[in-house]
Amino acid sequence: MQLTDKHREYWNRNLRLTAVLLGIWFVVTFVVIWFAKELNDIVIAGFPFAFYMGAQGALIIYVLVIWFYARRMNQLDLEYGVHEGED
Amino acid sequence: MASATSSNAAFFNQLKKYYTWYTGGFVAFVILVAILEQMGVPNKILGYIFLAATIALYAGIGIMSKTADVSEYYVAGRRVPALFNGMATGADWMSAASFIGMAGTLYLTGYDGLAFVMGWTGGYVLVALFLAPYLRKFGQFTIPDFLGARYGGHVPRTLGVIAAIICSFTYVIAQIYGVGLITARFTGLEFAVGVYVGLAGILVCSFLGGMRAVTWTQVAQYIILIVAYMIPVVWLSVSITGNPIPQIAYGQALQGVTAKEKELNDPTTVLGAAEASVRALHKEKQLEWEGKIKTLDDAVAAGSGAAFLAEQKATAQAKLDELKAAPEPDAKKIAAAEKDIKEFPADAAALKAKWKKAAAGAKAKTGAVAAHATAFAGKGAEKKLMKENPAATPEEIAKAKAEDTKASNTKRLNFIALVLCLMVGTASLPHILMRYYTTPSVRDARKSVFWSLFFIFLLYFTAPALAVLAKYEVYHHLVGSSFANLPAWVSNWSAVDATLMKIVDMNKDGLIQLAEITIGGDLIVLATPEIAGLPYVISGLVAAGGLAAALSTADGLLLTIANALSHDIYYKMVDPNASTVRRLAVSKGLLLVVALLAAYVTSLKPGDILFLVGAAFSLAASAFFPSLVLGVFWKRANYLGAVLGMIAGLGVCMYYMFITYDFFGGVAANEWFGIKPISAGIFGMPAGFLGVIIGSLISPAPSKEIQELVDHVRYPSLPSDINTNAA
Repeated sequence: MQLTDKHREYWNRNLRLTAVLLGIWFVVTFVVIWFAKELNDIVIAGFPFAFYMGAQGALIIYVLVIWFYARRMNQLDLEYGVHEGED
Repeated sequence: MASATSSNAAFFNQLKKYYTWYTGGFVAFVILVAILEQMGVPNKILGYIFLAATIALYAGIGIMSKTADVSEYYVAGRRVPALFNGMATGADWMSAASFIGMAGTLYLTGYDGLAFVMGWTGGYVLVALFLAPYLRKFGQFTIPDFLGARYGGHVPRTLGVIAAIICSFTYVIAQIYGVGLITARFTGLEFAVGVYVGLAGILVCSFLGGMRAVTWTQVAQYIILIVAYMIPVVWLSVSITGNPIPQIAYGQALQGVTAKEKELNDPTTVLGAAEASVRALHKEKQLEWEGKIKTLDDAVAAGSGAAFLAEQKATAQAKLDELKAAPEPDAKKIAAAEKDIKEFPADAAALKAKWKKAAAGAKAKTGAVAAHATAFAGKGAEKKLMKENPAATPEEIAKAKAEDTKASNTKRLNFIALVLCLMVGTASLPHILMRYYTTPSVRDARKSVFWSLFFIFLLYFTAPALAVLAKYEVYHHLVGSSFANLPAWVSNWSAVDATLMKIVDMNKDGLIQLAEITIGGDLIVLATPEIAGLPYVISGLVAAGGLAAALSTADGLLLTIANALSHDIYYKMVDPNASTVRRLAVSKGLLLVVALLAAYVTSLKPGDILFLVGAAFSLAASAFFPSLVLGVFWKRANYLGAVLGMIAGLGVCMYYMFITYDFFGGVAANEWFGIKPISAGIFGMPAGFLGVIIGSLISPAPSKEIQELVDHVRYPSLPSDINTNAA
C-alpha cells in the first residue's frame, strides 16, 4: 500500500508531538533531579521544590502529558482520516 | 457499526452498574465486620473473615468469567473499556511492594526513595508515547508475537519468550512472597501454608477464564486496594493536621519534621543531648561487633574457622541452657535464643555476613538524623572532621569537602540510573504491555494509558504524604515520651515482629529516643490504622488491600509466563495446527505448573526479594525496549539487529549483575561509575540499542511486507489495511 503525503504529514506531526512531550518528561524528571540540591532551597507551602516535584509535581505532569497525547492524537486521527471505524 | 458502538456503550454502562453495586456491597461488608468487632469477635477471626471473603470474591468473579474462547482467554475479547482497563492495569501494576513497602521506603530514605515514585509512574509516559497505541494496532496476543512478526523467524520470538520468563518469574516470586507474608500475619497460618492459600485464589481466577477473568478480578482488586490505602491516610491526616486531604496537608507536617530533625541533631537541646548519649552507645556496639568480626577473620586466616564457628554455637547453646535453668524462665528470651540456634549460620562466611549486618545496623544509628527532604546528602566527612578536629587545616577541610561532593554525586548518579531503569522497565514489562491488547481500539488504548497512570497516581502521590505524616507522629509523639506508657501500636507491633518495630531503652533514662527505635519499612502502612486510632476492622481492610495488590500482580505475571510458553512456543513453533481446545488445555496446564513451581521457589525464601523486583525492571528494560521501540520507529531495523540487540542488552545487564551483586559472588569494587547492580539496565539499554542499530545496518533492509507491517501499526487505520488482529 502506497502512503500519501497526507499520511506522511500525520506521522511527522505525531513524531513532533512525541518529541515535545518526551522533552517535558525529560525536564521534569532528569533536569530537576540533576539540580535537586539547588532547587530544594526554594520552599513553597512547606515543600522544598525538588522534593515536591519528585513526590507529586512530576507525577501530575506525567498524567497530564499522557492525557494530552491521547486527546491530541485522537484529534489528529480524525483530521487526517486515519481514525478507526467505530467497531 | 452503529450497533457495535451502542453495544460497546451498553457494555460499559453494564460494567459501571456492576462495579458500583460491587463497591457498595464491599462497603456494607466492611461495616458488617466492624459491627462484629464491636460485638467482641476476636481479631483473629476478623482476619480470617477478610481473607476468606475476598479470596472467595475473586474466585467467584473467576468462575463467572470462565471461557473456552481463545480471544477471550488471551485478550479478554478485546472489549475492555479504557477506564476499566486502566483500573485493571493499576492493580496489575501495583504490587505488594507498592502497597506495603513504598511508604516505608520513603519513611526510611526520604528524598532518595522518591526514585521509586518517579520511576514507577514516569514509565507510563513511555508506554503512551512509544508502545501502547502501536501494539494495540498490531493486535495479537503476546509481546513475543510482535517481535516474531516484526523481525521474522523464530529467534527473536524465542529470545522474547526467554526474556519475558526471566523477568516475570523473578517478579512473581516477590508477589507470592507478599501473599504468604500477609496471610501469615493476619491469620496466624504458617508462611508456607499462606503461600498455597493465596495461590489457590490466584489460580481459580486465571485458570478458568484467562485474561478475561483476570481483568475483571483486577478491577475488583483495584477498588479494594485503593479504598484500603486511602481511609487510614485520610484519617491520620485529619488527626495530625486537621486537613482531610493528606497530599496537601503534609507540607505543614514536613516543616514540623524538619524542625524536629534540627532539634534532635543539636546536642545543646534536651532531646538532642539524649540522642547523642544513645548514639554513643550505638558506637560502642558497632566497635564491639567489628572486634568480633576481626577475631573471626583471624580464626579463618589461621585455618580454624570451623572450630571458631563451633565455639560460637556452643556459646549460644550455653546461653539457652542458662536461660532455661533460670529460676523464672523468660519464655520470650528462650524462644529468641532457640531461634538463634536454629538459624545459626552454617559456615564462617555466613556468620561474618550476619555480624557485618549487625555492625552496619549499629553504625547507621551512630550518625545524625538524616533530613527527610534533603537530596543526595554527602557522607558528612566535613562535619565529622570539624567535630573531631576543630583546628583542621584548610587542606584537610577541602579534602573532606571533596569526599562529600563525591559521595553526593555518586548518589545522584545512582538516583538517575534507577529512575531511568524503572521507567524503561515499566515500559517493557510484558504483563503490563499485554494489557493494551485488550482495549477495543487504538483510540481506547491511548485513553487507557491515561486512566492507568491516573489510577496508579492516586496511590503513588499519597505514599509520600503517608511517609511524612507517620514520621511526624513518631518524631513528635513517640520520641521523648516515656517507656512506662508506650502507645498501644508500638507495644503491639514490637510484640508481633521485632523486625518491624523494636524499641529498647538503651541509655536507661526511661524516655524514648529516636536512636532507640528500629522501624521496618513495612510497618508504616500496616500500622497506620492503629497510629490513627482506627478500629481493627480497618487493619483487616489494609491487609485485604495488600493481598489484593499482591494477588492481582501475581495473576497478570503467571498468565504472561503461561501464555508465552503455550502461545509462543507451543502454538507458534511446535504445533501451529493445534485445535482451540488443545491450545487452551496446554495453556491451563502450563499455568498450573508455573504457579506451583513459583510457589515452591517462594517457599524456599530465596535471598533479597527487593533486589529481585528491581532486577526484573533492569532486565526487561535491556532486553525489550530497544527492539520494541525501534521496531515501530525505525523501518530499517531488522532480524539481525533484533537478535543482536536483545542478546547484547540482556547479556550486558546480566553480566553486570553477576560481577557486582554479592548474591552471585560479585563485589562492589567491580562497579562502573559506582552504579549499583539494581540499575544494571543503565548499561544494558545502550548495549541493546547499539546492538539493534549495528546489526540492522550490517544486514539488508527488511522485506517490503515487513515495512508495510510497520506502516500498518503506525496508522490506526489505512485504506486497504491488512488485518493483523489475531482471533
